[in-house]
Amino acid sequence: MSTTVNRAGLARDAYKGAATTLCAGCGHNSITNHMIKALYELGVEPHLLAKMSGIGCSSKTPAYFVETAHGFNGVHGRMPALTTGAHLANRQLIMLGVSGDGDTASIGLGQFMHMIRRNVDCTYIIEDNGTYGLTKGQFSATADLGSVQKKGAVNTFQPIDPCAVALALGCSFVARSFSGDGKQVVPLIKAAIAHRGTAILDIISPCVTFNDHDGSTKSYSWVKDHEESIADVSFIPYFEEVQVDYEPGTVRDVRLHDGSHILLKKLGDDHDPTDRRAAIKVIEEGRAEGHLVTGLLYVDAEMSDFATTEHIPQRPLKDLGEDELRMTRDEFVQFMSEFA
Amino acid sequence: MTESIVNDLTIQAATVNGSGSQTANLVLTRAIFHMGIPVAPKNVFPSNIEGLPTWYQLRITPEGHMARSDKVDILIAFNVATWREDLKSVRPGGVVIHEEAFSTADVRTDIVYYPVPFSKLAKSKIQSDTLRKQLANMIYVGVVAGLLGIPWGAIEHGVKRQFLPKPKAVPVNLDAIKVGYDYWQDNFSKQDPYRLEPMTGVVEGKVLVEGNQAAALGALMGGVTVVAWYPITPSSSLCEYLIAYADRFRVDEKTGEKHVSVVQAEDELAAVGMAIGAGWAGARAMTSTSGPGISLMAEFSGLAYYAEVPVVIFDIQRIGPSTGLPTRTSQADIGFVYTLSHGDTKHLVLLPGTVEECYEFARDAFDHSDRFQTPVFVLSDLDLGMNLWMTPEFKYPEKGFDRGKVLSKQDLEKLAGEWGRYRDVDGDGVTYRTIPGTDHPAAGYFTRGSGHDEQARYTESAEAYARNMDRLSRKLETARHALPAPVVEESGASIGLIAFGSTHSAVIEARETLAAAGKAIDYLRVRALPLSDDVAEFVRRHDHVYVVEQNRDGQLFDLIRLALPAQLVERVRSIRHYNGQPIPAAAITEPLIQLEAVPA
Repeated sequence: MSTTVNRAGLARDAYKGAATTLCAGCGHNSITNHMIKALYELGVEPHLLAKMSGIGCSSKTPAYFVETAHGFNGVHGRMPALTTGAHLANRQLIMLGVSGDGDTASIGLGQFMHMIRRNVDCTYIIEDNGTYGLTKGQFSATADLGSVQKKGAVNTFQPIDPCAVALALGCSFVARSFSGDGKQVVPLIKAAIAHRGTAILDIISPCVTFNDHDGSTKSYSWVKDHEESIADVSFIPYFEEVQVDYEPGTVRDVRLHDGSHILLKKLGDDHDPTDRRAAIKVIEEGRAEGHLVTGLLYVDAEMSDFATTEHIPQRPLKDLGEDELRMTRDEFVQFMSEFA
Repeated sequence: MTESIVNDLTIQAATVNGSGSQTANLVLTRAIFHMGIPVAPKNVFPSNIEGLPTWYQLRITPEGHMARSDKVDILIAFNVATWREDLKSVRPGGVVIHEEAFSTADVRTDIVYYPVPFSKLAKSKIQSDTLRKQLANMIYVGVVAGLLGIPWGAIEHGVKRQFLPKPKAVPVNLDAIKVGYDYWQDNFSKQDPYRLEPMTGVVEGKVLVEGNQAAALGALMGGVTVVAWYPITPSSSLCEYLIAYADRFRVDEKTGEKHVSVVQAEDELAAVGMAIGAGWAGARAMTSTSGPGISLMAEFSGLAYYAEVPVVIFDIQRIGPSTGLPTRTSQADIGFVYTLSHGDTKHLVLLPGTVEECYEFARDAFDHSDRFQTPVFVLSDLDLGMNLWMTPEFKYPEKGFDRGKVLSKQDLEKLAGEWGRYRDVDGDGVTYRTIPGTDHPAAGYFTRGSGHDEQARYTESAEAYARNMDRLSRKLETARHALPAPVVEESGASIGLIAFGSTHSAVIEARETLAAAGKAIDYLRVRALPLSDDVAEFVRRHDHVYVVEQNRDGQLFDLIRLALPAQLVERVRSIRHYNGQPIPAAAITEPLIQLEAVPA
């Protein structure tokens, strides 16, 4: 029996991880599967992948895909700091961060924002279910105003929308999707990985145990009824040829830094994903109309990423030795004499 | 006039911060040092940008004592707000150079006054309107030069050295100093005994370095590649010097690429997090902070301890609790830092006592951290970090980096992929790690702060948890023997002193004073935690041992008592100094004279 392999010479199984310990039906498990598919199809070499996370249900998931890759499950809300440091140590690594709405929109909001401000080259996935799962069902900061907790409590606070925050900060890649929409999530993950800069991907991912009831705006049924995709997304990696058979004028083509393409097929109103103000408007209008707008909201493929701005060499800093890091004996002697 | 006092005096300049007085003080310091005379400057400054009182003490002794003195011989009174209070600090027979306009009604009569019309001189003699305020301070440098007989050549050297990066500023500063120098010659005859004379034999081969400069240089020579920090006094200058040194020495001339990445993080949580992320990914990484920052780093420090990630963390201690006194020195973080974070966390802590050790320990901290795969804290303080200290020139490192137990692709091939991240193969508690990017299917593992087994898999097993914690203890025990051993100076005395860090300079002087009074005292200087067995042995050999430290609660005293066998505990006593001023020798000699009946 022959097995299909990708360009890294690996079968799809090589991208699997340990068995999930999350609840059956959890949206996060679907995202894990989308991630496996995206990484396999991109032909990512596992040893170059760094799976990063904070604390919470979402942050457990890096254990459930690409078992042979390195992973780091850090402290609550601080995945961005660990990711920034690891990236500086080795620019060759593909930094893939998985966070949740508690991890990102509460304790981690500062780090989330500052990572965007620096445009650190990484993919930042928010598995967003509007609730704290591991501590049994408290509202998170992304819960919508008026949404109802399982035991009946009503949320009285405005939600923090990670995509709106990211857009306001000038994030170079902002997308929203739904865990149940693999057709959209998979190309968005691929595009986020190919993008050079911070790619924020907010994926609504229902919590079947604590937040999947009537009155929740993060339940499977609510999202299915209210999702409004702004465009069909497909992703063509740099190593494949673009073959478009759409009618002219119906598809937008965004070329990423590495030569990959994101193709966006118009569905309703035409959205220009390179227009940040339009993206903010789309979110605001969706919110006013009670819709969940999904798709690629904004991308700036030209913005300089952190390591480039900082003149960090492509060769990993971790590999530099004494001769490249210490001053020479002569330099040292000269330097000491300056203190006389 | 009484007999001359030569090269043995303390100058205190009382000025206003943000007015340029620090530059004037440094010129004076460098000029005197250039005469071959030992200098020990201490800068006492406010947590403020401009307008509050600041004092600069320049202690001059033929022996080269470097501790603070609480006796002022020559006061430069430049601040009307503190003028009356400053007068009280002058010893009888001492000297005051003051602004002529200050009221002298009812002032002390046991000191010598040299009133100088600084404001008038500045107005009439300094042409530049923009620089007048700064240059006015230089006038007192000239007056002091005249008073003490500092040769003009030494003054010229001091100015040139201070303005090394800005040689254009040299003439205008020299002109201002000349104004004061001439004023002294034209208006005063000497009424006091203080003089400076060129010396040989003590300062040769020595340089003046701040501890934070030394630590920055050490980090650079230790191969740091990722630095993440958040500004905080008195730590900031460490990273600022490091940035300057890295820009000068570690930028590729052809490509402009940096070999050291420095990130100013959004806070201390992010700073230490970035350093830990970089350490995990194989870089030599560090952060530097002080008081409030070290509190914020507690959670991440526990992660690095438990997940076993190398990182170097500098704590330049200042006065706490809370915001405390941000610009005053302290040694009160030692207990906190040793077990920083919740749970059974314990760290390796290096305790430099000189600026030379700031350099060496900073450099070697990266080796210790890589070897033992754990955070290494370097505990300095404001006195050591921000003041200039006379020191022998630092030595170029003879050893290469020790990156510890890292498995390469080839190693993994030889092992046929059979390894466990937390498996104690060698019995020393130190396990093998792989670095992300290692091209072998068995290289990857999952790093976590939650419970894990030898294969780095999540587990809640009671046995696996206890086994891992015991191994971590074993690892610390291995490390304990590899850290810098205490320095012991012993001559069979019945009483001993134990100290660490910047208290060292006061201990040296106190021992000399007591020896001169006929009471020799032995000395052990702790240079790392966990404590060496040498400490208990030292206590065993003495009737009484005094632990001297700069905190209220005797934190090292407590740590030592915990480590001692019960029968030795009562031999240990505690001397504590904690007012934010660097400890003077008198804070050690006075209690000892009382408690041990030393002839005074």
